[in-house]
Amino acid sequence: MKLTVQDLNSHYGPAHILFDIGFEVGDGEVVALLGRNGAGKSTTFRSIVGLVAQRSGRIMFEGKDVSARPTHEIVRSGLGYVPEERRIFTDLTVEENLEVGRQPKRVNAPYWTREKLFALFPNLNEMRNRPGGRMSGGEQQMLTIARTLMGNPSLVLLDEPSEGLSPKIVEQMVDAILTMKKEGVSIVVSEQNLHFARLISDRAYIIERGRICFGGTMAELDARPDIRDAHLSL
Amino acid sequence: MAFYVVQFLTGLASAASLFLVASGLSIIFGVTRIVNFAHGAFYMIGAYIAFTLTDRFAGAFGFWGGIVAAALAVALIGVVVEMVLLRRIYHAPELFQLLATFGLTLMVEDLVVLIWGPDDLLGPRAPGFKGAVDFFGQNIPSYDLFLIVLGPVVLGILWLLFQRTRWGVLVRAATQDRDMVAALGVNQKWLFTSVFAVGVFLAALGGALQIPRDAVHHAMDLRIIVEVFVVVVIGGLGSIVGAFVAAVLVSELNAFGILIFPKISIILVFLVMAVVLIVRPWGLFGRPEAPARKTPGLTVNPWRPLTSNERLAALAVLVVAAMLPLVAGNYVLTVGSEIAIFVIFAVSLHFLMSVGGLASFGHAAYFGLGAYGIAFLAKMAGLPMIVCLLLGPLLGCLGAAVFGFFAVQLSGVYFAMLTLAFAQIVWSIAFQWVSVTGGDNGILGVWPEKWAASPSHFYWLALGVAALVTIALRIAVFSPFGYALRATRDSALRSEAIGINAKRIRWTAFVIAGTTAGIGGALFAYLKGSVFPDNLGISLSVDALVMVLLGGVETVSGAVIGAIVYKALNIWLVSQTDLSKLVLGAFIVLIVVVFPKGIVGMLEMLAQRRGNASPPGSALLAKPIESAE
Repeated sequence: MKLTVQDLNSHYGPAHILFDIGFEVGDGEVVALLGRNGAGKSTTFRSIVGLVAQRSGRIMFEGKDVSARPTHEIVRSGLGYVPEERRIFTDLTVEENLEVGRQPKRVNAPYWTREKLFALFPNLNEMRNRPGGRMSGGEQQMLTIARTLMGNPSLVLLDEPSEGLSPKIVEQMVDAILTMKKEGVSIVVSEQNLHFARLISDRAYIIERGRICFGGTMAELDARPDIRDAHLSL
Repeated sequence: MAFYVVQFLTGLASAASLFLVASGLSIIFGVTRIVNFAHGAFYMIGAYIAFTLTDRFAGAFGFWGGIVAAALAVALIGVVVEMVLLRRIYHAPELFQLLATFGLTLMVEDLVVLIWGPDDLLGPRAPGFKGAVDFFGQNIPSYDLFLIVLGPVVLGILWLLFQRTRWGVLVRAATQDRDMVAALGVNQKWLFTSVFAVGVFLAALGGALQIPRDAVHHAMDLRIIVEVFVVVVIGGLGSIVGAFVAAVLVSELNAFGILIFPKISIILVFLVMAVVLIVRPWGLFGRPEAPARKTPGLTVNPWRPLTSNERLAALAVLVVAAMLPLVAGNYVLTVGSEIAIFVIFAVSLHFLMSVGGLASFGHAAYFGLGAYGIAFLAKMAGLPMIVCLLLGPLLGCLGAAVFGFFAVQLSGVYFAMLTLAFAQIVWSIAFQWVSVTGGDNGILGVWPEKWAASPSHFYWLALGVAALVTIALRIAVFSPFGYALRATRDSALRSEAIGINAKRIRWTAFVIAGTTAGIGGALFAYLKGSVFPDNLGISLSVDALVMVLLGGVETVSGAVIGAIVYKALNIWLVSQTDLSKLVLGAFIVLIVVVFPKGIVGMLEMLAQRRGNASPPGSALLAKPIESAE
């Protein structure tokens, strides 16, 4: 297994947010984490990379327990994170944004260069010196993924990559994610949009009120319309 | 004409050091979000070490090598400070960070006197720049010309560093979003340490480069830090270009202000700062900050009025305190009066800070204005004491109304810096306007009238006023005004959305706090029989902050306990040691690091924990949320 999460519990102050979250991601697999707004998808990701201070449980990444490590060490071990709000450095140019994400080559993960990423996201190529603050939402979404890929991760947590994007950009996003998969990157993608998830994912988990309430292949999910309707607003 | 050109060049030369120090402060703040109060202390240590090195190693190599070596040595001290102290408090509210670095400043002030002695030290002239250049009959020191060139050169080097290196890119990224930088695999710890080292290096270099121009002395830290705060407020925190432009502006205002208002040239700088703040509250080159972290709010302990039993207990304590004259001698009663006065001072700041969320670093200004108000009324107008006591604090009220209007336009660290700058301005006026205030000699002979003259009578007066003030402010906390004020503290945006005029509420709170402090100052003037510029000084402002913090920022009346404990300790300490600043500074650092909830906060926490152990009180906080699942 690439990533195994067991008994993950998270709190924000006195509020208990995640309850015994558990899921697995295989080598080279794309797994969707589905759920409504506020179900706990982003908190799950933030907890995995250590951005939520109060968390407990086991997070095994490539056979090592990283749950007690600080954020930068988790990320450096090859676990990339693309936040929902994109969090582009608005003062920095596209190239400088990529520079912040740059990490050394890794043996067990695909190696991304600037040029390779500009080929993957041609829009970015045309605005290498534009400040991040003067880009459209879709362009920012591409930049934030490219920036994380600069760290040569073997697994990427992608938080709602299709959110707020036009259908045309969503298509490009699907292509990009499939390319990443083809290169060998494992991906966990959180989504509210089942159609989008179906285009890219091998398996899916459904999260509701901080608990995992379904796990299975996309076909298994399609065979259970009751679960789909109960937990996902379509 | 030539004279004005020379004056202009002198201003530019002064701007160089100011720019170095201010840019260092800006860089550190940008990444770590810490307003490094100790920046002036690093500047001062830089000057002292450079003095020692250049004194020991003569010649061009000795001088220039000494300057650079001094800056590097201080940067190393900065690294140690960052790793030992600041790393522990990066997640603390900004007030605690300001206080911790202020504690360091106090320690350094005593340490440099211990090492280098209390006298002014005159550094050597710079080899190669000893002479002066003749300019149409006016002399310009050639070292000044060197500094004039140095400023833009350093600006250029910093620009290259930040635009052209990976380190610079990381620093700029971290300035905007630290967590995201970590989420991309960058070790923030070392980034912070290196940024702090660079910032401190710049401060120390600024200090070291001053030694051929000015004497090195142990008060230069506070002088520069106030100017630097003014510079970064005008230029915009976090902007290096802003620091440069503002440093030039402030230095020129100083250079020409001397010609226009020889005694109170700082007023000109203040006027410019006020204009900038009104037009661009975040400085010429700054940008609006995301809402600052709340100053209080480590816990979610709802406040409540005292129960009737607690009221009886408080009354009993007051009655016991009132019986002190039956057993104590005159000295103890005088100390008791002083403590009561500081209770007034502390609760007034507490009202602003804990209830209003506005941490003023210059609250002594209004305390001192109250004291000067008494001095003017009693000495010059010869009014009776009761009238003086009623009217004197109005000077504090007036000062708070004027400065508060500007200060409440800002919040967080900007508010703290601005209030500090205002207090320092009031202090300079009191210090320099000798014909009215007596300057350093103060105003003497302000004695109470017969009915309040005996120590016991005065003690009762001070105690009574302190009790009244505390009760009045408590009532205000639980009044609709208090609710509105707490709403603006907890979320300015949401309170505006329900129709609260946040700025006016804050301004009102500022004026209430200032007037109350003025009442304390008025009594203080009668207690001491004299008024000095120190009554408005920074150290008094910090005393008040420490009292509030010691009692507990998040309590309703912790400041009362804080004031009693701190003042008693302080009086005892001063009688025991010459190094009171060193001990006090260490004490402040200690409180911030290991004792952030204060005395009353600790007691409340213990009481709560005991309450939690018994079943009915348990899970009060957790239950509603869990049952909602």
